[in-house]
Amino acid sequence: MTAEINAKRRRLIKGAAAVAGLGSGLQLVELALAKSDEEAVSALQRWGLLIDSSKCATNCTACVSGCNEEHNLEGFDRPETDAQWIRKLDLTDQQTQHVSSLPMLCQHCENPPCVDVCPTGASFKRDDGIVLVDKHTCIGCRYCVIACPYKARSFVHESLHNQKSYSPRGKGTVESCTLCVHRVDKDLSPACVEACNTKGNGAMMFGDLNDADSEIAKQMKAAPSRQVREDLGLNTGVRYQNI
Amino acid sequence: MSTQFKTIKQGQKTYWLWVGVLGLIALVGYGAAHHMETEGHWVSGMNNQVVWGLPHVFAIFLILAASGALNIASLSSVFTKLEYKPWARLSALLAICLLIGGLVILVLDLGRPERLIVAMTHYNFKSIFAWNIFLYTGFVLVAVVYLCTMFERSLNKWTPASGLFAFIWRFVLTAGTGSIFGFIVARQFFDAAIMVPIFIVLSLIVGKAMFILTSLVVTRLGGSYISLSLLNRLIKLLGLFVAAELFLVAVFHFTNLYATEHHGVEHFILLSGGGYTLLFWIGQMIAGGFLPLYLIFGAKREINLARIILVCCLVVIGALSQLYVTIIGGQAYPQVLFPGKDVSSTFYDGVVAHYSPALPELLLGLGGISLSLLLVFFAIRILPFLPDQRFTSQSTS
Repeated sequence: MTAEINAKRRRLIKGAAAVAGLGSGLQLVELALAKSDEEAVSALQRWGLLIDSSKCATNCTACVSGCNEEHNLEGFDRPETDAQWIRKLDLTDQQTQHVSSLPMLCQHCENPPCVDVCPTGASFKRDDGIVLVDKHTCIGCRYCVIACPYKARSFVHESLHNQKSYSPRGKGTVESCTLCVHRVDKDLSPACVEACNTKGNGAMMFGDLNDADSEIAKQMKAAPSRQVREDLGLNTGVRYQNI
Repeated sequence: MSTQFKTIKQGQKTYWLWVGVLGLIALVGYGAAHHMETEGHWVSGMNNQVVWGLPHVFAIFLILAASGALNIASLSSVFTKLEYKPWARLSALLAICLLIGGLVILVLDLGRPERLIVAMTHYNFKSIFAWNIFLYTGFVLVAVVYLCTMFERSLNKWTPASGLFAFIWRFVLTAGTGSIFGFIVARQFFDAAIMVPIFIVLSLIVGKAMFILTSLVVTRLGGSYISLSLLNRLIKLLGLFVAAELFLVAVFHFTNLYATEHHGVEHFILLSGGGYTLLFWIGQMIAGGFLPLYLIFGAKREINLARIILVCCLVVIGALSQLYVTIIGGQAYPQVLFPGKDVSSTFYDGVVAHYSPALPELLLGLGGISLSLLLVFFAIRILPFLPDQRFTSQSTS
């Protein structure tokens, strides 16, 4: 009920803002669309990504750079222990030798194994489908790292500096892609998607999977897409085309 | 005839030497954990591919040994084998102390060990770890109650009931420990319900071995005696469990070998895994399986003490190898995200993960074992755990 009222209120504000925008520019529209801090996330939305592997170039790492810059994922030149929230996978078909490339990150599952195994509930899923780690209750047991079928989680192996206030991290805790929740809550796209569209090849699309009128939902309805390890029945929020 | 019990009074010098050495190793273990916590886990051999390392091998070994060690008491209380009754107190004590040692390793290896209070106040009841927090702490409580019924004469009538409860609890506990791996769908080498009985039988093996080794040391110190005939019965029972474990492990691997999707990981463990393959065949199968079977059932007469000690040491080596291969080998083998495709990335996708145990990990593991034994040593000095009589004319002294 609250979500419906909020949706109506946002539509009303959007309309008013559009009128005001004639005189004051588009930024006001953006501000009006942004959620207030008090507004709870809603299960009416299910945020997700659609990644077209045919557009993803093997040598392009724009999404990875975008993520690293956004969250300041500076490494220590120790690749075995440095965190990676998103990585590029190069795939070669063993039979046909066909080569493809795609970004791999937290798949924001509807039924996430990381959430199932977390003893303290630090791994959790928001109502809008984004899977996160509560840095205050993560005890660093790493069971979620073992349980993630996508190898999407990293353990922070050493002290960190120069953290972003909107993306807190901590030594001794586990972390993974947040789907740039701080941007999504301001109705912006995740940094990887923005980087892919501006510096890469436009292979990534972000949107509300529950909104039939959204571009992502239309694309997914028009062409086949698949989940990685769909045999597990996790109903991932990240879907791939042309792999 | 009721058994008399006593505390350690004799052998003061040797006793304090043991306490000193064990205490020192435990302290060094704590120092190693402190080093890993303050510097961060990058100083360990663990990394983002192999997140559970040598400390977890030791911790799970101790947890399995704990539940298995209690079975000497269960033989008396549950199966009414009264010849084991004099050893029931030591059995329950060892179970508690081994479990505490294992838990201390687990807690000290956490990324944020100071948040233990969070783990005790925030629960996700779908997590097997959360179940285990209750199962482990509950086990200590159940074993303490069991001990109380043995110590306090007026409570003796409750010993069979509390013993049965403890016996059931320990099975559930070990099932919970096996489930940590058996319920993980993400890894090729885990995700098998047979991990549960494999862990239960392994606990029966290492529990008996640790009981025999510990009891031999503390009885020598305390001037008490454990008869060779009793040790023979125990070691033959241990042999049956070794055979059962070999059977379960064979079923596990043959099931995997039948399914094409598991051929990769089976090839890795059985043939091409380098150190993991060596540990599987030499450590787990030969040292922990076939050789103990030969030493136990190949003997024509009574098995002598040296052979019993050798068997116990071999099955401990075998169990540590088995846990290393299962826990670390299971993580080292690459996760299969895209069957039928070769995968590469900067995050070690598609390749066997590198892991070399670092010294702090080894010290933490040895520290946990030492802490367990140290607790036993303290307890046997304070309370009468050791039987104060000769049970048979043929003793091991």
